[in-house]
Amino acid sequence: MRIRVIAFNTFKEAIRDRILYLLLFFAATSIILSRVLALLTVGDRVKIIKDVGLASISLFGALMAILVGTGLVYKEIDKKTFFTLMAKPLYRHEFILGKFFGLVLTLFIMLGAMSLIFLLLIFLHTFRVEPRILLAIAFIFVELVLVTAVAILFSSFSTPILSALFALSFYLIGHFSWSFETLLKKMHSGLGRAAGQVFYTLLPDLENFNFKTEVVYGLPIPPAMIGYALLYGALYTLFILTLAVMVFRKRDFL
Amino acid sequence: MSTLLKIDNIRKSFSLGLIPKKKEILKGISFEVAEGEIFGYLGPNGAGKTTTLKCILGLIFPDAGNIEIFGLPHLSLRAKARIGFLPENPYFYDYLTGEEFLDFYGQLFSLARAERRQRIASLLKLVGMEQAAGLQLRKYSRGMLQRIGLAQALINDPSFIILDEPLGGLDPLGRKELRDIIVRLKGEGKTVLLSSHILQDIEMICTRVAIILNGKIISQGALRDLISEKILFTEIEVAGLAAAELAGFGQCLAAAGGRTLLKVSREDKVDGALTYILEHKGKVLSLIPRSQTLEDLFVGMVKHE
Repeated sequence: MRIRVIAFNTFKEAIRDRILYLLLFFAATSIILSRVLALLTVGDRVKIIKDVGLASISLFGALMAILVGTGLVYKEIDKKTFFTLMAKPLYRHEFILGKFFGLVLTLFIMLGAMSLIFLLLIFLHTFRVEPRILLAIAFIFVELVLVTAVAILFSSFSTPILSALFALSFYLIGHFSWSFETLLKKMHSGLGRAAGQVFYTLLPDLENFNFKTEVVYGLPIPPAMIGYALLYGALYTLFILTLAVMVFRKRDFL
Repeated sequence: MSTLLKIDNIRKSFSLGLIPKKKEILKGISFEVAEGEIFGYLGPNGAGKTTTLKCILGLIFPDAGNIEIFGLPHLSLRAKARIGFLPENPYFYDYLTGEEFLDFYGQLFSLARAERRQRIASLLKLVGMEQAAGLQLRKYSRGMLQRIGLAQALINDPSFIILDEPLGGLDPLGRKELRDIIVRLKGEGKTVLLSSHILQDIEMICTRVAIILNGKIISQGALRDLISEKILFTEIEVAGLAAAELAGFGQCLAAAGGRTLLKVSREDKVDGALTYILEHKGKVLSLIPRSQTLEDLFVGMVKHE
């Protein structure tokens, strides 16, 4: 109940943040520009629109999560609003979880808005709705939930600029860690490869949530792949949130 | 009267800086606040007042010692449900209106919508903020934030109210109104713990005080026991006589425009001074016997330490 109260207040705060609308504007521009890009391309134009559109939704969604999320907890401590909250019957973990769910709700609305523009653009070209596109968008949302948890974690002990850098690094590493796996495959087995394997396991792999290629090129999506991505997202988010709660519970607020 | 807040020997150190150096902020603080009293917690800036209050509210974990509120551990939600807190220089969610802000805090106490509405209306009236209820907090002045801050501290009808420097940033009228509200709360049976360095205000409303300096309580007790009622000196303002003529009775503090302010330290010299003034056609404009104030006591103690 109290988590819900904090979440709705966070939603109110985030949705009134101007930076969100600036990013939404750029996302919309980018999605619409994919139509122009399609004109310059030889081949299936709808594929280009789908590819660029989904990538724009993913990138701008992540930027929203990072830029709004990294300030949320920090601002409460910096402006001391958190002090009055802690005098109320509220546990610290309820505060962190409330912040997290509030931002997730905000991103859900923003993702909905971006998807609407994107789907409309596709519909104008194909005159039909592809459910597989919705699946790709759903997994962008799963990814955003994880990025939100990371932003909240860094925000619980660091300044917004540093947190944004950390969270952005997490996002970039998450999208390029697959190349590290490719490198490992080419290495000879031995201590170096074993150490590399451990390192790779610890790195986030956000490509698990990327169904863009399958959707754009009409490749089959096995249910096991969907199940694994869901489980990976849920467990990783839970792990990050647990870390955030642990850091926050022990902190002194000077 | 039963004890409402019991602080027993709390200690807290912080390690700050690039090369961490341990600094002890609270060096074994102990005091008790009884039910129904207004307790003043005094000390200069940096003495450890706010750190103590943060320990009570669970924003800082003490290294050692124990804190109980209503006989419960201070972090228990049952204890917190009966507390109201106004921080120093309050700054709240500036994107919310005054009414939305109070409603948000009311929801944290699981108050029903109708109850919240009724309580918010009466609190806005109490702090004189009915006109600004629909205004976003970003448009509030410092005094207005202090008032809405007090309203949020009272949203749950608390039995125990903690106010950190509540009178700072208020104009004289605002301070008087806030003092009146605090006294009124005491009349309703509530207990108030008030930290401040504006000593005149504390002196006017507090029943007991504790003085903290460098992380230690250097004095505590009932105000009337701490402050001596003995007259320290008498100030006489005289017109029509030269300052040099009065020098024999005491120290001349100021002389301008034919007026002299004389400080007579010995009580037995007051009568003599008055007789002299009247006999030499002088005029007594005012005569004020000065007893010890909380400020005198405070300054004396700080200098002594």
